[in-house]
Parts: sequence; C-alpha cells; structure tokens
Amino acid sequence: MGVEIVVNDLSKSFGKQLIWGDVTLTIPAGEICVMLGPSGTGKSVFLKTLIGLLKPDKGSIIIEGTDIASCSERELYEIRKLFGVLFQDGAMFGSMNLYDNVAFPLREHTRKSESEIRSIVMEKMDLVGLLGAEDKLPGEISGGMRKRAGLARALVLDPEIVLFDEPDSGLDPVRTAFLNQLIVDLNAQIDATFLIVTHDINTARTVPDNIGLLYHKHLAMFGPREQLLSSEEPVVRQFLNAQKVGPIGMSEEKDADELAAEADQELPALPPIPLQLDPSNGIPRRSQRPAGEWCREHGVTPPPGSFETANAGLAPGA
Amino acid sequence: MSSRALAPVAVAGNLFAFALDVLRALFRRPFQLREFIQQAWFIASVTIVPTALVAIPFGAVIALQVGGLIKQFGAQSFTGSASVLAVIQQAAPIGTALLIAGAGGSAIAADLGARKIREELDAMMVLGIDPIQRLVVPRVLACMLVAFFLNGMVSVVGVTGGYVFNVILQDGTPGAYLASFTALAQLPDLWIGLIKALVFGVIAAIVASYKGMNANGGPKGVGDAVNESVVITFLLLFVANFVLSLIYLQIIPPKGG
Repeated sequence: MGVEIVVNDLSKSFGKQLIWGDVTLTIPAGEICVMLGPSGTGKSVFLKTLIGLLKPDKGSIIIEGTDIASCSERELYEIRKLFGVLFQDGAMFGSMNLYDNVAFPLREHTRKSESEIRSIVMEKMDLVGLLGAEDKLPGEISGGMRKRAGLARALVLDPEIVLFDEPDSGLDPVRTAFLNQLIVDLNAQIDATFLIVTHDINTARTVPDNIGLLYHKHLAMFGPREQLLSSEEPVVRQFLNAQKVGPIGMSEEKDADELAAEADQELPALPPIPLQLDPSNGIPRRSQRPAGEWCREHGVTPPPGSFETANAGLAPGA
Repeated sequence: MSSRALAPVAVAGNLFAFALDVLRALFRRPFQLREFIQQAWFIASVTIVPTALVAIPFGAVIALQVGGLIKQFGAQSFTGSASVLAVIQQAAPIGTALLIAGAGGSAIAADLGARKIREELDAMMVLGIDPIQRLVVPRVLACMLVAFFLNGMVSVVGVTGGYVFNVILQDGTPGAYLASFTALAQLPDLWIGLIKALVFGVIAAIVASYKGMNANGGPKGVGDAVNESVVITFLLLFVANFVLSLIYLQIIPPKGG
C-alpha cells in the first residue's frame, strides 16, 4: 500500500527567478495524481524536488516522517529506495543493454542470485511488453521503447511511490493510450502512490484520481478529478479544455488589454466529464471513486453528458 | 555586482567541496573494482600512444637545448645528467599532465557530461546510488594509476630520445652520457616526478568529473564542459607543478652543488 507525500509551503527559485512558491498539497497514499501546467511552469522541477535531486528554498516534503527538504544525504539515499522514477527519455544507462539496465537496481541493492534477478527482470520486461529486446542497447531502440524500459527499471524494486516525468511526451496517441492503460493497471496491481507530470489533457482527464495545476509560479488548484473538470475557475477551465480564451497567453500571462478584448467573448460550455479509465480486468482500483460521487457530495451539477462515455470531452480520436 | 565578482570564488569553492566529497566516498565500500579496471584500461588506451609520440620530441628538444648550452660552457661531460634531470623532474610530469588532461580528462568530462544531460546521473541517484562513489572515485584512482605509469614511460622514452639525439646529432660520447647520469641526478628526483604525476592525475580527474557532472544546457553544455575542464586542468596543473617544484628544490639539496 503506497505512501503519502505531504508537501508544505514549498518554494523554489533559480537565482532571483522564482519557479513556484507556497505549494501546499497532500498526495494521498495509493492514488494516481496528475500534475499539470503550461510548458515552463516548473513541473519537472517540482518532481525533482520531490525526490531530493533539487533542494527547495523553503518548505517541507514529508514522506514516512522524513523531511526530504532537510534530511541528511544518507537518509535521502535511504528514502529514495521507496521511489521509482520514470524520466522523460527513460534515462537508461547507455553503456548497458536493457537487461542489465533493469537488473541494475537489484544488483546494487539486493543480494538476490542471478536466477532470481533474471525472473524478476523478465517479469517486468513482460509487463511493459519488451520481452525479446533484452539484449538491445538503449541507443538502438525507439523513444517509446526506452520509456517502457525506464518504467520496467523504475518498478523493479517494488516502489511505494512511482513518479512519471511526462510519460506521454514524444509518443503517438496509440502508444499513449496503451501507456495510460498500463499505468492504471499497475496502480491496481501494486497500490503504490502515482504522480504523473504531463501537459497532455487526455491523460489528465481520464487517468488520475486527483489533478493539480501549476500556473504562474503557484499551485492554482489541487483536488479530485471531478472537482477540477467541473471547475469554473478561469485558469483551470482554460487549461483543462485547451482553449485560447482565458488568462493563459502564448508566452506567460495575457496583459490587461488582451484580457479586456476577451471580456465579452462567450466562454464555450464545459465539456462533459469522461469516465475514469478502468483497469483492464474491469475490477475498480482500491483508490478509485465511483463516477460522479464527488459532484453529488458537493452539490455540483456536472456538465450535461458527463460520465456516459470514456472519451467524452476528449480530443477526437483519443 | 558583488555576486558576479565572487562567481569564480564560488566555482573554486564548489570544486574544493566536490574534491572533499570524492575523498569521503573513496573510503566507502563496496569498492567499484570493475569500473576502476575498465576506466584504467580506457584511459591508458587513449593516452599511451600519444604520450609516447609526445615524449620522443620532448626528450630530443631538451637534449638539443641543454646539449648546445652545455657545450658553450665546456661541460659536455654533464650533458647526460642535465637532460636526465630536466626530463625526469619537469618534462615527464608535464608531458603526462598534458596527455592525462587533454586525452583522459576530456574523455571523462564528455562521458559524465553526456550522462548528466541524459539524466542518467539523476536516475542513478534516484536508484539510491551515489554517482561520486560509483563513477567518480574509480575514475580518479584510474587516472592516478595511469598517470603514474605514463610518467615512467615518458621518463624512459624521453631519456632514450635524448640519448639518441645527443649521441647521433651532437657527437656526444655514449659512455660519457650514461656515466654522468648520477653526477647531478639522484633518487629523490625520480620520486618527485612520480609524486607530481599522481597529483596531476588527481587534479585532472577531479576537475573533469566536476565539470562533466555539472554540465547543463544540452549537447552544447557537454562541449563547453569538456572545453572548460581541459583549460582549468591545464591552469591548475602548471600552478601545482610550480608549487611542487619549489617545495622540492627547497627541501632536497641538489647533489654535487
């Protein structure tokens, strides 16, 4: 059963430039969360801060009673064994073949025999659909395969927390759909806490239990999927529905003139909320909530047509 | 304003802190024997041939220069001794340093820099493995080992080259050249040469690793890191050579002086 991550009042800047400030949120144990945000809002920085690769300027990140932001190097290396991280390009070790890459954490951290290692590695390779490619070098395979190999390596130590840095960047829509299904199935299987950093809206609308949105150097909103998808808050609404009308501009924020020019434009109605992606065996995940529950409990009327199909409100073809 | 003026100091401080981290990781088990052997082999393979090729003209130039000068003084019988001193004390460690920094160090910086921008180092840290212990320590030790042996090789090749040039081009007598070896040169000269080589190996490997591991800004960043590491290493090596020579000349009295 996964582990909870409590982030309190976190700020990070590079030099004088603030990346984001006062981020406070709790990533619940065993649930899937998605962190969204326009390009360049520091989503990857947030992820790297969570694993202690970057030190925040202030605030705390508590995992199992240890504060990542202030603990010693030794504690950090210890707590990182709870993590599995999928990096943007897979971050495979270029000098080793895929088998050795996936076996690497086992060889470094456990005293398992080579035959035990082999069976674990093969199981994970099978899980991500890479059986038969063990002898390839990372340079010889496609980006999508590297990503899946990175996922196999991230899972090999049975992590309690799995972080995904843009799992869908550079993948075609079909592979993205398969990868999303894989993420949901994995969560059902290992019950770990998942955090996905992405700007793919289709992923954000259908996969997670919770969504967070980083915008303009702060956390604009964090909450259950249905809360954000039914939200009328301008930034959330604009981003989750990929619209041009709203406070987010091409470079950063829009200026006052641009906003004034848009003032009397009619906002398109909120699209219906799609059903959440079910695990492929059809049994709901432990952390999955029934469709529409949050809306009912909070007296929010979901947009018409919600919870009827799995691809409502998605880009065509997804 | 002050932050810009202090930037070089910060770099120096970071480099020093990095060196301390390496020193601490040096004693952490398990020792990465495999990586050490691979790296030593790799550094040796990229440096041996160029070093030998550099050593021959190095020894020859010194022999010609020293031989010419000494002839004017009428002290031909000391030619061998003088060129041995120059080769073993100065030319061998400096030749080693140039090759260790230029061939070995640049390869280390490029390798670690590429790993850094491909996020391999991050991945390693996330997998709970300290890249300094896993990657840098074996490279530093490998550089020291290879520098030590290269120094010996440059000494031999340099002295042989000097002998050949002195005897063939300057009509020196072979017997006098060999016999004068021990007239001015002494055993501590050999030690200081080897100590210098070890120190240069450490400096080259640490600077290259530091620059490589702090590369950023994509492929161009790796190129910059390699470039900076070679330049910084050269600067540091020549300063270190000066300091070590100074200390040596102060504490070891010259023979026959």
